[in-house]
Amino acid sequence: MPHDHEPDHAHNAHAHAHVHGHAREEQPPLLDIDGLTLELPATARPLLSDVSLRVRMGEVVGLVGESGSGKSTTAKAALGMLPEGGVTTGAVRVEGTDALALRGEKLRAHRARTVAMVHQDPRAALNPVRRVGDFLTERLALAGVTDRRAARARAVELLDTVGLPDPARRVRQHPHELSGGMLQRVVIAGALAAEPRLLLADEATSALDVTTQAEILDLLRTLRAERETGMLFITHDLHLAAAYCDRVVVMYAGRVAEHQSARALFAAPRHPYTRGLLDCSPALGEEDAVIRPIPGRPPSLADSFPGCPFAARCPEAEPECETWTPVATPLEPDAVSGDEGGPGEEGGEASCRRLPESAPGPASASGSAPASVPVPGSASGAVSGAVSGSASGSASVTVPAEGSTR
Amino acid sequence: MFRRLFRRVAGLVATLVAASFVIFAAVYAAPGDPAVFLAGGRDKLTPEKLAAVREQYHLDEPLVVQYGRWLWDCAHGDLGRSFKYTDQVADLVTSRLPTTLALVGYATLLFVVLGVGAGIVAAVRRGWADQAVVGGTTLAASVPNFVAAIGLVSLFGVRLGWFPVTGAGNGFAGTVHHLTLPALSMALGALAIISRVTRQSMLDAAASDHVEAARASGVPEREVIRRHVLRNALGPIITMCGLVTAGMLAGTVVIETAFGLSGVGSLLVNAINTHDFPVAQAVLLLMVTGYIVVTNLVDLVHPLLDPRVRAERSTA
Amino acid sequence: MTTPAATAQPSPAVRPLTLRTKRPAGVLIAAGFLVLVVLAAAVAPLIAPYAPDTIDLSASLAGTGGDHLLGTDASGQDLLSRVLHGARSSLVAPLLLLALAAVLGVTLGTLAAWRGGWVDTLVSRVTDVMYAFPGLLFVVLIIAVFGAGMTTSVLALALAYTPTIAKYTRSVALSERAKPYVDAYRVLGMGGARICARYLVPNLGRSVVGYLVVLFGEALMSLATLSYLGFGAQPPSSDWGLMVQEGQAAVVQGALLPALVPGTAIAAVVVAFNIVGVWVADRLGARR
Repeated sequence: MPHDHEPDHAHNAHAHAHVHGHAREEQPPLLDIDGLTLELPATARPLLSDVSLRVRMGEVVGLVGESGSGKSTTAKAALGMLPEGGVTTGAVRVEGTDALALRGEKLRAHRARTVAMVHQDPRAALNPVRRVGDFLTERLALAGVTDRRAARARAVELLDTVGLPDPARRVRQHPHELSGGMLQRVVIAGALAAEPRLLLADEATSALDVTTQAEILDLLRTLRAERETGMLFITHDLHLAAAYCDRVVVMYAGRVAEHQSARALFAAPRHPYTRGLLDCSPALGEEDAVIRPIPGRPPSLADSFPGCPFAARCPEAEPECETWTPVATPLEPDAVSGDEGGPGEEGGEASCRRLPESAPGPASASGSAPASVPVPGSASGAVSGAVSGSASGSASVTVPAEGSTR
Repeated sequence: MFRRLFRRVAGLVATLVAASFVIFAAVYAAPGDPAVFLAGGRDKLTPEKLAAVREQYHLDEPLVVQYGRWLWDCAHGDLGRSFKYTDQVADLVTSRLPTTLALVGYATLLFVVLGVGAGIVAAVRRGWADQAVVGGTTLAASVPNFVAAIGLVSLFGVRLGWFPVTGAGNGFAGTVHHLTLPALSMALGALAIISRVTRQSMLDAAASDHVEAARASGVPEREVIRRHVLRNALGPIITMCGLVTAGMLAGTVVIETAFGLSGVGSLLVNAINTHDFPVAQAVLLLMVTGYIVVTNLVDLVHPLLDPRVRAERSTA
Repeated sequence: MTTPAATAQPSPAVRPLTLRTKRPAGVLIAAGFLVLVVLAAAVAPLIAPYAPDTIDLSASLAGTGGDHLLGTDASGQDLLSRVLHGARSSLVAPLLLLALAAVLGVTLGTLAAWRGGWVDTLVSRVTDVMYAFPGLLFVVLIIAVFGAGMTTSVLALALAYTPTIAKYTRSVALSERAKPYVDAYRVLGMGGARICARYLVPNLGRSVVGYLVVLFGEALMSLATLSYLGFGAQPPSSDWGLMVQEGQAAVVQGALLPALVPGTAIAAVVVAFNIVGVWVADRLGARR
């Protein structure tokens, strides 16, 4: 059953890319972050350095990295939210509008209607003293539904849409009366209230138990399909991202280490950090695989790097890496297979000095992601199968990845 | 739920009993014969008067019985008799209570509006407004309220002539007019603590993730402050307002004296200065009871504001 | 857009510096003022233009300037001379009552923390009952029983401050007691009383002194309030609180000085002491 799904999914993702790549060539991408650098006066290094990424309509882009790598900061930039005192260069455009230049009423409208964010911890994202219904009607009012009765009715409808049983009762309840999974549905309902063009899911499922996680992922996928919403899916779980997203961006210390199509990234990770991430959590069906944690600790904002930020932890580092300023190097589109060479940037990029000669092979440090297709294929297939199908099947899929990367 | 409430009420009663016992038994700490002391000293003391005191206070019986009878009488509104004026203490108190309550109510209104307002400004504006509020209210708290009273009277009463300098006034407008300066003198000292609690509580509430989440979904700043920050910060603010109001019952002692108001507080001062202990005893009992009851009531308000606490209490 | 280097450089270097120079400016002024007041009080008889009790009815309620720098009160007493002399009792009495309260409070607090059990329970019960009296009412009760007067007021206030200090000492002592050196001395066979006296209390000292410094302004205010109500200093004392009370009658007649001069003196000293006190308390690591 999972295997039936897998090629199907891949094909769909591909079709999306073609449709939007060609037919709407003129239209700017939903989210276009271009060379974004963000500095704070008190930190040793920039929070973000030259971050570029794009999300198109109906596309799910994964944003992966350890905590502190700048994932959430990147996502918040799309909302026009920067840390206090932050100085930026580069651009963040949402449907062609510069999100960082928005002020006042326009900024509020941008946050209320165009982009919505689903936060990591639903319990923290909801005001504990207000009712679920108040939360939803507040969001609906921002989207223009100001009539109280209409908003009430719509709130119940939204809760029904996100699959919350007994929605009419839920709107009268307080957050502490609901479980974490129910609350995340409420938060998603709130995010959908304005029918946003772009959804930012910031570790939206990380705080949930595995079955609930699968249901929420499934829900998000359905919504995306129905509304052609673009989604930036932030997670620390590379396996999940590779299975769930169309493309994946890997961040390290405020920089994009690598971005590729999910398939290509999983099959042939080009940046040593990506390979390290894949190695430190086992994929499904690899009970005997050796788990290799990345040595050292994730960099803090007090660490600054003259060269490649990953050099200190990189098993393949050479002395020159310590001084080499990372630049994104385009990857050969046929690194994995010939049919990845579609239009746009599906070829991907990676910021490693040793490219292109460091092509991963069976001899590389990578144990869990050899260039052969079967292993990642089965993993991704299992997740997408579970995600679109029953919840029970997924329990075994995400547990190991989730548990070990924490 | 009932057990908790019962424990709470039991604690309240225990404190009341202990405090009232201290007030009652203080008579025996006074040097000399308690009967003479209660009668207000030796001068003009007749044997009949002394006998009346002995009877009223049951001074021939054991201490606990005396105390029990006194408490029983007090609970029934019989606060004893002033041996100076031969008036019923209860009458003296009830005739003066309205002025005192109006004063405390007015002062509460002032410090809640001004203090919470200043705290909100300090929390929202930060920067120089924050410093001005903290500095200004701290300065105000460093001025004893009788000095503040003199200052206000000098400026607004004598120099500018806007407000009367003494008396309680008649009718609503008159009362407000007369009590403005006294109430302001009392409120000034409370501004520092109220604005600081408001400011801190709001800063704590503003640090919550849901506030950031509301901002991220484009909720206008004014509503973020009102619905998510201030609303969630109300618990400590209301508690502190209640405590300060309760404490103001004692503050009336000074302010009523400063403004020549004929209230319960000035009654206490007069009673002490004229050695009229039964009156002092009754007023002290009244003030302490009011204080304990109000501070306990404040604790009961908290669950009404926070559904989480309410849930905990009802399951407990 | 600004170059990041330009914005990043100055703030970490400059900020603490401005803080360091800014804070003490106010503290220095306040401390300087307090030193002046204390000196003036010490040498009051030498510098005061008149004896504080020189009655000159012909100069009743004189204004500023002329023969009397700060004017006179209703009986023609020179206000400057009275305030200078009054500074003595107004400053020494709070010091005295805090010293007394500190001895009682630290003893009880240490005992409660060290012995625990019934001593602790007793101290906290007594404290609870005293806290049931709002504001100065407990002191007022004592004065109602023993009569007005400066001695009674100081003793009563000392008693009223004792539970506060005991409570504070208890909490500091509890965390001090949990430190390893206490166990170490115990293992060496040292008695509880000796450990308390020789090591525990001295180690609490800094923190408790910091706390007392903050209490001083309040103690001064409380004592002035009692004198103002007629419960504390008695005429012909020049205590500031009493002077305000005596001068108040003249306010209605339009003569503001007799009440405002001592009133301002109280307020200025309390404000100055609070500024210095908070600074000192922070340095001594007192808890708030």
